[in-house]
Amino acid sequence: MIDVAWAQFTPWTALAGGALIGVAAALLLLFNGRIAGISGILGGMLTASPGDMPWRAAFIIGLLVAPLGWLMLSDLPPIEIEAGYPVIIIAGLLVGIGTRYGSGCTSGHGVCGISRFSPRSLVATATFMAAGFVTVYVVKHQLGGF
Amino acid sequence: MGFTLVSFLAGLVFGLGLLISGMANPEKVLGFLDLAGLWDPSLALVMVGAIAVGVIAFRIAGLRRLTLLGLEFRLPTKTDIDKRLVVGSVVFGAGWGLAGFCPGPALVAMGAGEQKAVVFVVAMLAGMALFELLEKRRVAN
Repeated sequence: MIDVAWAQFTPWTALAGGALIGVAAALLLLFNGRIAGISGILGGMLTASPGDMPWRAAFIIGLLVAPLGWLMLSDLPPIEIEAGYPVIIIAGLLVGIGTRYGSGCTSGHGVCGISRFSPRSLVATATFMAAGFVTVYVVKHQLGGF
Repeated sequence: MGFTLVSFLAGLVFGLGLLISGMANPEKVLGFLDLAGLWDPSLALVMVGAIAVGVIAFRIAGLRRLTLLGLEFRLPTKTDIDKRLVVGSVVFGAGWGLAGFCPGPALVAMGAGEQKAVVFVVAMLAGMALFELLEKRRVAN
């Protein structure tokens, strides 16, 4: 059976943070008519026409400066990265190529796609979550971690 | 101008949401993906919160012809569930499970000055560039 990590479980901040993510997606959709899919917004910059570039860059800059905005109010929450550099590089490559082949990531498929009841996004989300579960199981419980 | 400003604000709010929810922390994400260990269900509630707001937003969008800025909606048109979607998602999920980073949190952690996040983002961009290269070759053939 599944053992729940009650000490780590943070339901209220999870829901509140999630709602904010939803608000961000709503802003981009209702004002700009675009989907807040981060892999698509970033990856699209590699081939975007000059006119299509500013909104993409502005969104990415917004993400990058969010920690600075946060710091004006309070200390940053912990960001713990256990993986070593070789694993980080392999993981980054896989995430980059996989999200582009699969046309989306946790934001585009997982949040926006499911919010618009897209069967394609539902399949993508179920697939990358399953792959994530299997990967962590193999790495942590079969190989004993990195 | 308004278009670019809204994009910036959306990115900023998105990033703050990732920070508050704990999803900018790879250890917390891996705690969700580790079903066989001590499982932290928080990420599921992040999805619930985001989708609850998202459903309303897409419902409103569906009732409108143009956006609040008077622009056309540009929504995805693909509906086929093909090999590319599934294989791409498997590859993405494997990378996500290895480091605990997906694209948004990696960018936020990079903005927080985390060196490993910078390396992850560079590798991710290289992966995206490789995709474009392979696509160009595929289209040319």
